[in-house]
Amino acid sequence: MKSVNAVVVGAGAAGGIVAKELSTAGLSVVLLERGKWYTANDCRKDDLRNQRTTVLGNAFGPEDEGNPRVVVDSTGAAQVVLPSEGAYQNNAACVGGGTLSYGAQAWRYMPQDFRMKSIYGAPTGSSLEDWPISYDDLEPFYDKAEYEIGVSGDYSGTPFHGPRRRDLPMPPLPQNREFEILEPAAKRLGLHPFHIPMARNSVPYNGRGPCMRCRWCVGFACEVDAKNGSQNTVIPTALATGNCELRTECMVKEILVDERGRARGVSYFDERGHLQEQLSDVVVVSGCTVESARLLLNSTSRLFPNGIGNRYDQVGRHLQGHHYTGAVGFFDYDTYDDVGPGASIAIADYNHGTPGLCGGGMRANEFIRLPIHMVDRLPQGTPRWGAGHKQAMREYHRRNIVIMGPTQQIPSPSARVTVDASVKDKWGLPVARIEGNVHPHTFDIGDVQASRAESWLKEAGATTTARMAGRPSSVSAGQHQAGTCRMGNDPRGSVVSKDCQVHDIDNVFVIDASVHVTNGGFNPVLTIMAVAYMASDALVRGWKDSRFRS
Amino acid sequence: MQSTKITDVTRRRFIAAGAIAGAGLAAGCWGRQRNSWMFLNENNARTLAAMCDQIIPADKFPSASEAGVLNYIDIQLTRHYRRHQKAYAEGLAHADSTSIKRFGLPLADASPNQQLEVVGAAEKNERKFFELVRNHTMEGYYGSPRHGGNRDAVSWRMVGLSEPPLLGRAQYDFTKGPRS
Repeated sequence: MKSVNAVVVGAGAAGGIVAKELSTAGLSVVLLERGKWYTANDCRKDDLRNQRTTVLGNAFGPEDEGNPRVVVDSTGAAQVVLPSEGAYQNNAACVGGGTLSYGAQAWRYMPQDFRMKSIYGAPTGSSLEDWPISYDDLEPFYDKAEYEIGVSGDYSGTPFHGPRRRDLPMPPLPQNREFEILEPAAKRLGLHPFHIPMARNSVPYNGRGPCMRCRWCVGFACEVDAKNGSQNTVIPTALATGNCELRTECMVKEILVDERGRARGVSYFDERGHLQEQLSDVVVVSGCTVESARLLLNSTSRLFPNGIGNRYDQVGRHLQGHHYTGAVGFFDYDTYDDVGPGASIAIADYNHGTPGLCGGGMRANEFIRLPIHMVDRLPQGTPRWGAGHKQAMREYHRRNIVIMGPTQQIPSPSARVTVDASVKDKWGLPVARIEGNVHPHTFDIGDVQASRAESWLKEAGATTTARMAGRPSSVSAGQHQAGTCRMGNDPRGSVVSKDCQVHDIDNVFVIDASVHVTNGGFNPVLTIMAVAYMASDALVRGWKDSRFRS
Repeated sequence: MQSTKITDVTRRRFIAAGAIAGAGLAAGCWGRQRNSWMFLNENNARTLAAMCDQIIPADKFPSASEAGVLNYIDIQLTRHYRRHQKAYAEGLAHADSTSIKRFGLPLADASPNQQLEVVGAAEKNERKFFELVRNHTMEGYYGSPRHGGNRDAVSWRMVGLSEPPLLGRAQYDFTKGPRS
């Protein structure tokens, strides 16, 4: 096979952007994706089999067959789990990755989110740390992501955000009923409600139409292609350059390393299961947090017996996601208007500045609920089955509001991804083993955040409320997974440099949420995208300068 | 077989026939009747219907079985829920024997109050099986009609959703670029 300038492993939020940036700069690129390329026709409106409700399987990968993981809970019990089970911590396996089916909240982190250790100090047992880059370094790339991917929303209602060079490219969608109920209540509480930034067209943008506001949103592919992910923005652009070839259903086995310790490409199983080699000058790993760490750890060689980038046992550590807490409120009038995406209003007043807490998180109303989502979310005291349950479904499906949000997670070095040689996937590769738990201070923050959600609902007139603040027995990663290949200046405490270059191999890069030092109190995708633009920019400059040949 | 050259069509037919024969054999373990179910048989389907209809009974709106929940569960037991086949076969037999022990009647023939008692007992004593049936019943009743339950989207209409939805597809062609 012809050698190329760059192989990018994974066509998700970050990989798509890297492929586009490199191919438009003139590099030849092969983009490898283990999943398939779905389109708007794959929306299917299947509320039992999508990427959020997976009782009948994942709609956008991986399949349950042949893709196990091992998960160790906080009691130390190890279990083999399937991709459609919650403990698997799945994101997706398809072109676009999570961005094909996500809710598309497109947040910038706050300036403070990059300086967590300096501001708060690291709680005992945690690995809370500062990023080696600042919000200001990333701002131009946040802006680029907002304009190239396409983000709608309106920050004007809140002072709680970093400096911005300009407004978002699209106005917010017209407000739904929940917005109308929650906005005055938030203002009465002295808070600053505003329109959630969303990678979703509110007006025609980028050659595609606006959201038609249906009820099949988060977890589904958008039927009218109004939700913006890498699969309908940067990846088509990359392919249109003629410099980028996308190969789907290709599972990368390992990064190949030569005798001098430089990467020379990757080996992968193609769609027919045949082992192939793709040689390249540069390898970019964008496989999503868990899988990126797994690939580095599975790439062992004489010079890198513990895997690539793992000289100091850092690969796979600090695994984090978001601890979600919130509250549900029930009303004595209809709050439901059947207008998607549902999530519409947020506050960022509580992300920082609460005495005694290392951060916080934004609070927003939940995406539109389908009836199946209400089955276990009825008021406390409702029977779990029988006539009473059925009646409560009728009574409350249109009369509830959920306020939730990500809690800034305090990273812990013992929450980690390793590989388990005793369990293999369908290609015979050792699977990811996930262990550890969130740092306990995360729960302290989450509990306070849940009460805040409850207060907002009460102020809005909820007749009964219930807090949702669980104590998960295993690490949280899931769709917001991050942190396994930490970015830093010290090779002993991180895996990649601030340019996302692996410390001990010049021509291997990790560009995805793995490099996040901390994960903010917001959905991470826009930060993943901004970091991808920033790292691609450095990569192209380095390429033109030295081609990474020292 | 190996020496006979068969056309694709006959091969497919042969495989289909084999699959049916296989299902028949599997069903044979719990009842000999030939029936229209994929996994269930006429006997334990009645038992399951009795259980499901206690979990979601009829009122102004149909019960679980009236809305096709059995159809949903039966189909999924040969697909995504294959792993639960044994639990269903044993759990339904157990529910029936509980009913016979207490009331001298199979569950399907017991009175509604007696059925409620047996299902309540299952919730306490057969927790795992009860949870399966309870959750699968909810999925079949409130989930998408595409999987064989929620007949005519009856539960969606019950909770007050317009079905089919009032919202339409975008009516404009943006493939030639944005209009704004």
